[in-house]
Amino acid sequence: MKVRVPSDDNIYKMLNHKATLIRRDLVRMSKGKNLHFGGSLSIVEILVVLYFHIMCHDPKNPNWAERDRFILSKGHAVPALYAVLAEAGYFPVSQLSSFRELHSTLQGHPHLKTPGVEASTGSLGQGLSVGSGMALGAKLNGKEYYVYVLIGDGEANEGPIWEASLFCSSYKLNNLIVIMDRNHFSAAGPMKGRVDINPAVDKWRAFNWNVLQVNGHNVRELILAIKKAKKSKEQPSIVIAQTVKGKGISFIENRTEWHNNKLSEEQYKLALSELGSVKG
Amino acid sequence: MNKAGDVSLVFGKVLVEIGREDKNVVVLDADVPHSTRTYMFKEEFPERFYDVGVAEQNMMGVAAGLALTGKIPFVNTFSVFAVARVFDQIRQSIAYPHLNVKICGAGAGISLGDAGPSHHSLEDIALMRSLPGMTIVIPADRAETKKAVKAIARYKGPVFLRLSRGIKPDIHDENYEFRIGKAVTLREGEDVTIIGTGTMVAKALEAAEKLSLEGIDAEVVNLHTIKPLDKGAIIKSAKKTGCVVTVEEHSIIGGLGSTVAEVLVENVNVPMQRVGIRDIFLESAYTEYLMEYYGLSVEDIVKSVKRCLKKKSLIENKS
Repeated sequence: MKVRVPSDDNIYKMLNHKATLIRRDLVRMSKGKNLHFGGSLSIVEILVVLYFHIMCHDPKNPNWAERDRFILSKGHAVPALYAVLAEAGYFPVSQLSSFRELHSTLQGHPHLKTPGVEASTGSLGQGLSVGSGMALGAKLNGKEYYVYVLIGDGEANEGPIWEASLFCSSYKLNNLIVIMDRNHFSAAGPMKGRVDINPAVDKWRAFNWNVLQVNGHNVRELILAIKKAKKSKEQPSIVIAQTVKGKGISFIENRTEWHNNKLSEEQYKLALSELGSVKG
Repeated sequence: MNKAGDVSLVFGKVLVEIGREDKNVVVLDADVPHSTRTYMFKEEFPERFYDVGVAEQNMMGVAAGLALTGKIPFVNTFSVFAVARVFDQIRQSIAYPHLNVKICGAGAGISLGDAGPSHHSLEDIALMRSLPGMTIVIPADRAETKKAVKAIARYKGPVFLRLSRGIKPDIHDENYEFRIGKAVTLREGEDVTIIGTGTMVAKALEAAEKLSLEGIDAEVVNLHTIKPLDKGAIIKSAKKTGCVVTVEEHSIIGGLGSTVAEVLVENVNVPMQRVGIRDIFLESAYTEYLMEYYGLSVEDIVKSVKRCLKKKSLIENKS
């Protein structure tokens, strides 16, 4: 039997297609509900690249011991994670509509009881610590998996991020890769002129990390950076992903009020039409 | 009670023992291994000991992550930092997902007396008790410390182990049977129930001795597990004696006294007194001086018992 290996271009095309699919899922699951649109839409390509290209994982066996781990430290962006987990096959896509409803496995913020979710997050600044414990555990157990932790730039205001950052480089956790969603916003608005984290690259370098920078909506750049990060010999790596908060829906992009908000019926239709039709 | 010994040294030694028994046991410490006695574990198992530096919040998350990979992490620092400082990390990253992390609070209560209120831990029971699924164990002496550490290592789920330090009288012998969640009646009595926890159990026994000289027959219960609570033992003893005094090295708000009061008010209508710290920040001084000054002496227990007995007799006279 001949196996046709997809070209890089076809891989990128497939991943971009997935990203649109996820954005449409996000809009659909938000019907009549508040959803953290801004920070969910900004991480779509990052999640798609991890779950549909980079990570070793088995949706039919979520507790497979050898799997790569992903922690969404900025837990409020969980709608994007749920959509990705559903599209990957951890649970039916139809379940997404139960988001934030009583008895749903899809809680308002990540919780272990959801298949595929690796850590309970939502109180910002804790996921990196948990991820570093998992990375330590991997080394102790002689496992070769990687731990990916997605943090927000606003979240990097939290002190424990920097406690964990020191810890990861001190323990040489080269099996841990952080991706920072650098969308330049926190809940109250643009970070510029407020408590911003610039110069972010210098900070992480000073904490002895392997630092990479990419356009967080460019799947090719994300793939190359993560592959490079996996080659790090001693340092933990961080991919600083420049993103647009609310990416993909014009009236949501870079708008503070869409950090967490509900679509009107008209906006719902508009959002879906902007995202175009996707063959599922 | 002739013998006595340092409870924290026993803790350090038994950590090493369980490390030998189960290779999944790992120990984390936030820069105080000589105070917490985890240096002993570090010496024998350096590859399973993590010095996290002065970063308690991170330590809790790292422990959560290790638990998620099948390890049994024991996290260590002074109790005041092991609970109050990191309460959100415990709530979000450990208790909510019900992870197998053992939070060991050294020098709890006022056992770090002369360090002052910044280091007194008089709110830790109250905080931890409010977390669903948390187990709270408070050993009273060397034998109980040893048994408790072994028991919590075998139990799967989050535990707060509230530890004292210094030389404490031995109450239990080596054959003592410890079970998480099972109160122990150390002395049978008819007139009053004294419920103690941790280091105050020895004082409760001493108070009972003194009371017996005055013809008062006190029952003494060691409530080493605050959660899950042995309600049955509390109700049974309260029904038998008709009045209850609680004794704790903790604020009277939210600790042992509150716990017992909650059970009594819903189940047995008997008078009650609480011996504990009265909603204030203390000062620096040796632990024993603080105990005397702030109302945690044997004499204070005796007085509380008498007050309670008086209330009981008033009620009996009325009916």
